Amino acid sequence: MKYFRSHILVCVDPECLKKGAHEVMDAIQDELVAQGLIDEVQVLETSRIGDCSQGPEIMVYPEGVHYGGLTVDDVPFLVEEHFLKGRIAKKFIIETEKAKDEELSAPTPKEMRVVLRNCGKIDPENIEDYIAEDGYQAVAKVLTSMTPDDVIDVMLKSGERGRGGAGFPTGKKWSFARASTETPKYTVCNADEGDPGAFMNRRVLEGDPHAVLEGMIIAGYTIGSNQGYIYCRAEYPVAVHTLNIAIEQARSLGLLGKNILGTGFDFDLEVRMGAGAFVCGEETALMASIEGKRGEPRPRPPFPAVKGLFAKPTNINNVESYANVPQIILKGADWYSSLGTEKSKGTKTFALAGDLKKPGLVEVPLGITLRELVYDVGGGIKDDKGFKAAQIGGPMGGCLPSKYLDLPVDYESLISAGAMMGSGGLIVLDDETCMVDIARYFMDFTQDESCGKCTPCRVGTRRILEILQNICDGKGKDGDIETLEYLCKEINAASLCGLGQGAPNPVISTLKHFRNEYEAHIYDKRCPAKVCKALIHYSITDGVCTGCTVCARNCPVNAISGERRQTHVIDPDICIRCGICAQVCNFNAVEVK
Amino acid sequence: MAEIKFSISSNDPLAKPELKKIIDEVIDRNKHLNGATMVVLNELQSKIGFISRPMQVYVAQRLGIPVSQVHGVVSFYSFFTTSPRGKHTVKFCLGTACYVGGIPQIIEKAKQILGVEPGQTTEDGEITLEVCRCVGACSQAPVVVIDEDLHGRVRPNKFPQLIKSIQPGQE
Ligand SMILES: Cc1cc2nc3c(=O)[nH]c(=O)nc-3n(C[C@H](O)[C@H](O)[C@H](O)COP(=O)(O)O)c2cc1C
Ligand code: SF4
Ligand code: FES
Repeated sequence: MKYFRSHILVCVDPECLKKGAHEVMDAIQDELVAQGLIDEVQVLETSRIGDCSQGPEIMVYPEGVHYGGLTVDDVPFLVEEHFLKGRIAKKFIIETEKAKDEELSAPTPKEMRVVLRNCGKIDPENIEDYIAEDGYQAVAKVLTSMTPDDVIDVMLKSGERGRGGAGFPTGKKWSFARASTETPKYTVCNADEGDPGAFMNRRVLEGDPHAVLEGMIIAGYTIGSNQGYIYCRAEYPVAVHTLNIAIEQARSLGLLGKNILGTGFDFDLEVRMGAGAFVCGEETALMASIEGKRGEPRPRPPFPAVKGLFAKPTNINNVESYANVPQIILKGADWYSSLGTEKSKGTKTFALAGDLKKPGLVEVPLGITLRELVYDVGGGIKDDKGFKAAQIGGPMGGCLPSKYLDLPVDYESLISAGAMMGSGGLIVLDDETCMVDIARYFMDFTQDESCGKCTPCRVGTRRILEILQNICDGKGKDGDIETLEYLCKEINAASLCGLGQGAPNPVISTLKHFRNEYEAHIYDKRCPAKVCKALIHYSITDGVCTGCTVCARNCPVNAISGERRQTHVIDPDICIRCGICAQVCNFNAVEVK
Repeated sequence: MAEIKFSISSNDPLAKPELKKIIDEVIDRNKHLNGATMVVLNELQSKIGFISRPMQVYVAQRLGIPVSQVHGVVSFYSFFTTSPRGKHTVKFCLGTACYVGGIPQIIEKAKQILGVEPGQTTEDGEITLEVCRCVGACSQAPVVVIDEDLHGRVRPNKFPQLIKSIQPGQE
């Protein structure tokens, strides 16, 4: 495979063809030859660079410059300016107004994009876009010039740790799978991303699917596997679609299938879909699900590297763990290990959600502080309210109060603070959040998602939920806190998989940091954050209410009465405390007590 | 499971030639795969809309596995349903971000307008309400998914507008 310093993608959609795309393309080729650049710059056909309104349109990578309105006569000038003199030929540039990306905005100074580098930039359904960004060069390098042990060496030195939650070193995992002698071996990608509040993997799958494919091919070669599976949750139909297109395109270019790049290495991939079971993100449950069974975890050992999918040696990694690999191979272990902290290398994507000014997807070097993540990257708390807690690590994670704002975000620090990295969901809660309610919410989630195999997990989570529900309903009683603590300990100790073991974490961490809120609910029958319905009531303030009737019209149970332009009244016996009136009132006339 | 007899009622998909053809096609195309059960069930769920009891028995027979295994899989995963749904589905995201972002109020509103609870279908068989966990669009919380379309930042007072398009006689 040749290395090119630049790629020119020429749009060959009908519109651009009509305006002379092929003629311009030929002229570019001729000019590159004439200037002696043909070995440095590659010209490729592509589609849909823009809307073709200014065709013929071309895109130049790695700069990502978009030119349009070209004629054959413009070509010598353009080639000279851009490729000889290294200047952007301003007069042909197209300033396309990019649709505003709700999830992924331009990076803030504290961010650094490794996994997300191509997301939103390249067309995920066009393999050539990826190739123009050095795509599949890592595979070429690995297959032609590295032994599996070389690859393991690089991965070990890079210090990359699994991004699916547990943070196990990827290189080590690969070396175990490589050491297994039984065949066939399987390479599996965990794209189940079940944590509520997390969507980092989805974005990579939808925005840069080839990076995941490339990482998996390299893993396959390293461990000696010829077949891979990507297990994607059913809630992500677009990701499944994009992946299938990517696999098809990679096959057509000989990057998947038999004899990849003529090196004699065979590797192929299949996408398998989940069906809405959170526990299937756990690796042994995931493999059972691919096998067509109920997604129930099984004890380890044997570990997947020894007995995994279809009882064969298997390597399983998260989407992000694989997507990092091509760049680690190309840029080197030293580059990767220069990012992050001593024990937590590289960058991590986070899905910032909750009460933030700028929620969305971000990628930061590990070791950044929580404060930087919340305030500098996430823009701070919405409506300038106060920070109450950050929930990190998903339903098995914990809530960190403000005293941890200066905590560095890395695997060990988070664990020691009672939370965990998880897959990267970070939900920021403002001071109007009830922490008992949050604990109740997570317990509702885990007890619903427990696969039911272990009694402590199945029954214990339900017991905790009942107690928390009672506390929120104003029926909490003395001794509840102690019972909760006891249950948490038992469930953690006696459950088989990470779901059961981690299920108590939200309760443990809120009990630890917000015990006073539990006590206020139980002993004073008061919800300090004014969230728990049974402990609050709504009223409309005389004099502030303008009698606009918007609340009365929106109340789902018709609990509000009043004449137009007169102060309205809420009937507490009918009111179900849904809070809609407070949300829709334009005058802040609804008071919660 | 002795009570399962392979009798097919006239409104079962297996009794309708055009649906039976789809079912057979899905099974034939996938039966050679390792772990075919999930793939077949996933496709049947999305193409037929549900997996009836007779369909489960049929799949088991065609794949040569025990009915109990197919039934076990169908009952384990929340995506699989055993009875038909409404023409349209309205899903409320109960993920963390949406929960704190106000989805409970939207659900209240929906119950009020449509007269059914999540998990139920309106009497006219038009709309099924469902709840789901995080659809991965948390930055737009609260999120409602109507059929395939995702709607973010839904407000209770805007919700009626939102579902107009799928309510019969209201387009
Ligand atoms: C209940 C539970 C849910 C999990 N969900 C996921 C998930 O959605 N995505 C993921 O990559 N790992 C998940 N994991 C972790 C996997 O079991 C496994 O550690 C991971 O796929 C290994 O990949 P990595 O080394 O690249 O992180 C989950 C674990 C548990 C116990
Ligand atoms: S701990 Fe819970 S989810 Fe995990 S195997 Fe046991 S019952 Fe299933
Ligand atoms: S919590 Fe609703 S989309 Fe994630």
